[in-house]
Amino acid sequence: MGHGPVLHLRRDDVNMDATPNKIVSLTHLQRLESESIHIMREVVAESERPVMLYSVGKDSAVMLHLARKAFHPSPPPFPLLHVDTTWKFRAMYDMRDRMARDSGMQLIVHHNPEAKARGINPFDHGALHTDLWKTEGLKQALTQHGFDAAFGGARRDEEKSRAKERIFSFRSANHRWDPKNQRPELWHIYNSRKTKSESIRVFPISNWTELDIWQYIHLENIPIVPLYLAAPRPTVERDGLLLMVDDERFRLRPGEVPVTRSVRFRTLGCYPLTGAIESTATTLPQIIQEMLLTTTSERQGRAIDHDHSASMETKKQAGYF
Amino acid sequence: MHTPSSPSVYKAHDLVGEDIDAYLIQHQHKSLLRFITCGSVDDGKSTLIGRLLYDSKMIFEDQLAALEADSKRIGTQGQNIDFALLVDGLAAEREQGITIDVAYRFFATERRKFIVADTPGHEQYTRNMVTGASTADLAVILIDARKGVLTQTRRHSYLAHLIGIENLVLAVNKMDLVGYDQAKYEEILVAYQDFAHNIGIKHFVPIPISGLAGDNITTASVNTPWYSGPTLMQHLETVEIDISAAQLRPFRMPVQWVNRPNLDFRGFCGLISDGQIRPGDAIRVLPSGRTSTVARIVTLDGDLDVAVAGQSITLTLTDEVDCSRGDVLSIAGDPPEVADQFEATLVWMADEELLPGRPYWLKLATQLVSATIHSPKYQINVNTMEHLAAKTLGLNAIGIASLTTDKPVVFQPYEQSHDLGGFILIDKISNATVAAGMLHFALRRSSNVHWQALDIDRDAHARLKHQQPRLLWFTGLSGSGKSSIANLVQRKLYALGKHSFLLDGDNIRHGLNKDLGFTDADRVENIRRIGEVAKLMTDAGLIVLTAFISPFRAERRMVRGLMQAGEFIEIYVETPLEVAEQRDVKGLYKKARAGVLKNFTGIDSPYEPPEAPEIRVNTVATSAEQAAEEIVTYVLRHSLLAPYVDGDNWP
Repeated sequence: MGHGPVLHLRRDDVNMDATPNKIVSLTHLQRLESESIHIMREVVAESERPVMLYSVGKDSAVMLHLARKAFHPSPPPFPLLHVDTTWKFRAMYDMRDRMARDSGMQLIVHHNPEAKARGINPFDHGALHTDLWKTEGLKQALTQHGFDAAFGGARRDEEKSRAKERIFSFRSANHRWDPKNQRPELWHIYNSRKTKSESIRVFPISNWTELDIWQYIHLENIPIVPLYLAAPRPTVERDGLLLMVDDERFRLRPGEVPVTRSVRFRTLGCYPLTGAIESTATTLPQIIQEMLLTTTSERQGRAIDHDHSASMETKKQAGYF
Repeated sequence: MHTPSSPSVYKAHDLVGEDIDAYLIQHQHKSLLRFITCGSVDDGKSTLIGRLLYDSKMIFEDQLAALEADSKRIGTQGQNIDFALLVDGLAAEREQGITIDVAYRFFATERRKFIVADTPGHEQYTRNMVTGASTADLAVILIDARKGVLTQTRRHSYLAHLIGIENLVLAVNKMDLVGYDQAKYEEILVAYQDFAHNIGIKHFVPIPISGLAGDNITTASVNTPWYSGPTLMQHLETVEIDISAAQLRPFRMPVQWVNRPNLDFRGFCGLISDGQIRPGDAIRVLPSGRTSTVARIVTLDGDLDVAVAGQSITLTLTDEVDCSRGDVLSIAGDPPEVADQFEATLVWMADEELLPGRPYWLKLATQLVSATIHSPKYQINVNTMEHLAAKTLGLNAIGIASLTTDKPVVFQPYEQSHDLGGFILIDKISNATVAAGMLHFALRRSSNVHWQALDIDRDAHARLKHQQPRLLWFTGLSGSGKSSIANLVQRKLYALGKHSFLLDGDNIRHGLNKDLGFTDADRVENIRRIGEVAKLMTDAGLIVLTAFISPFRAERRMVRGLMQAGEFIEIYVETPLEVAEQRDVKGLYKKARAGVLKNFTGIDSPYEPPEAPEIRVNTVATSAEQAAEEIVTYVLRHSLLAPYVDGDNWP
């Protein structure tokens, strides 16, 4: 919807200029960007020790990019925290280190020492793997460093229980979420006051959809892990998922032989838990095209949601993001 | 019962397959509409939203499969798809079959992108609707065609109007269940029209629909040939929203954060609430009033020539003016108002009721100040729009009250700017957001506020009496012995030649505070007045003793805050409830236990013991005489009552 010139209605006689102000139409993405930047600045202004949870995925990539915009020309005034499981794709570790270097931000990598000592891995331990490395690991890292506000890249369109989460989400001293006791968020005002023992999870990209994320990455030329683009990769088919054999730790079952397929990933996590899709999309517009033409929802590639439909909510109450 | 139309699972626009780049450009220029849906519990809100998602082809095959399975297991539509299950998120809610919070949904058509706030219809959840409405451009008010205009319909319409939503849709739902009866529809319109006109709603768009059967949602229904208006989706896609109007107003930007990477750069970051700004524009910093000129609008992608309302930006100025978080940058020639007393509408959102006189945090844009709310002028019955007398506001109550802030606030009336007129109140102890508010006007400009400067000041009064003013604040349960001990202390002070005055609870309630009862709100006001009286008396040089139950920490802290440092001496008269009740000098505990006396401290109203009183006396182990002696000794030992000698530094 274009707007023609409109009358100059300002009573401002100090700065009266000859040409009337034209309405500048903001696109949907510009409005989302401004909202996210506003949220990040509020947190930095009002919390003592903020941190950005960085998972190296596309949502994290957008969040980091927004942070760089929000605080330019300063580097974002908080560190990046990667709660690592040691089982991410190798390409993710490369990207993580590169982005920390480029952004000038401190990178904190946390490994849950208990998970490490017990040799917890996705092949033998199933749900325990996520619980110990990610859920417990995150709590440990936040407590250990005394972070009182943590940015996370969750979006409301991802999953039903997330649709109801506030942008500022308060966690008790033991990091639990209480969906019945959330603070109302009105206008652009966020109440970030909390007791010493509480912490906040802040979701600056709550109102972005998956399509918004991809389009923004495309428009802003944001670096992403190459695994999002199709390439020939060694894969095996297992339990209905197409898994990539990313390193020598992958335990092949009897009869399994890695096959080179042209695949890409819609979401990225621990490589033995993340399903690929067969694809020939090697550019961002092609990914967006495939995404829009596909008829299944985004999170299907992740094993975590398959237990039952309320599983994400249960995990969140326990402290998983 | 109509069966839902055949499954229309997600399907991409043709352009996606043919020319993705063209599609992306088109998508990028879509506008955004944020709207809320409101209605009563069974009006079919969730079903309608589920239907909108479904008809705009936002449901994927796997989601549809899950939905079909869930519908059979826990749905309310028999073997048919229960669209409500698409949007009722939290497990507990799903089991109860109700939506209990605000949920946000996203969908897009070829023309627009939409963010829907699903707000609950339960009576007790007014706060959620106000929350959802605060960011909405449009409200869809749902009415069950069988039931017509209900109390909740009036409530929701009033709230949407109160929060300033100008675009209202009256969706008369479940038309399938009244046989698509035109007369029924028009009867509802007439009833609604009357009501809407009365509360000041100028315009609304009525649409007869069925969320369940899909009538007039995306396609014109064959069942309503008598209706020629737009379908709901057509209206949502084309309604003009006034988001650009903000750009025509004078420039304002609340400063969020000052960006100082090095000594050569000082950037002021914020979200522009109104107007436009260009390098070279003359600006003013509020509340200081200092002026400067915009040097640059700095972004990661290079400097901008212009920035507008709705954009988050970083500005640099040509001069080194003092400006920090909480200040507001404005166009120089037309600045906003600055004041410290206001009239406002409050929507109370907490279980704990408003306590007039107690300080709360007030957050407005990036300003955080301490504010006290006066007793409401009236409460609004949101069902009848009647004005009711009120001393306080409880959960979901809406009222008009004046409030005073401890620092000047830069503001605009809410009707002119939601960002500079909307605020929240935060409880200082629990940190909960307890209210949303809308400023209407300033009761006085802060520039007119001056303390009367007096020639004979408090020090002069104290000098005359050769004493230092003090406030000995006795607190404890009824029957703990506060008055007896305070009386003894006063006698001892008198014997020492000190001029003191005892403010006693019962005596004050017979006079100054005889209009106050024993509700929490009245107790707060009681203590506030006593605090102010005590302050005047200490200004006059007196040593003031007070004997009040004063059950709440917040109020005792408030009085402490009124006094000079070191002047307030909190004396906790500690008596176990059983002992006080056993004594029951005035027979009050008996009455309270019998239910004759309500809100009695210790019985059905809480007592919050002091955490760090200056003096603590235990009346079980100590007699009143001993206690008084201890207090006087303590006070003397701490040299607090040494005669004032000119030139001496206190203490």
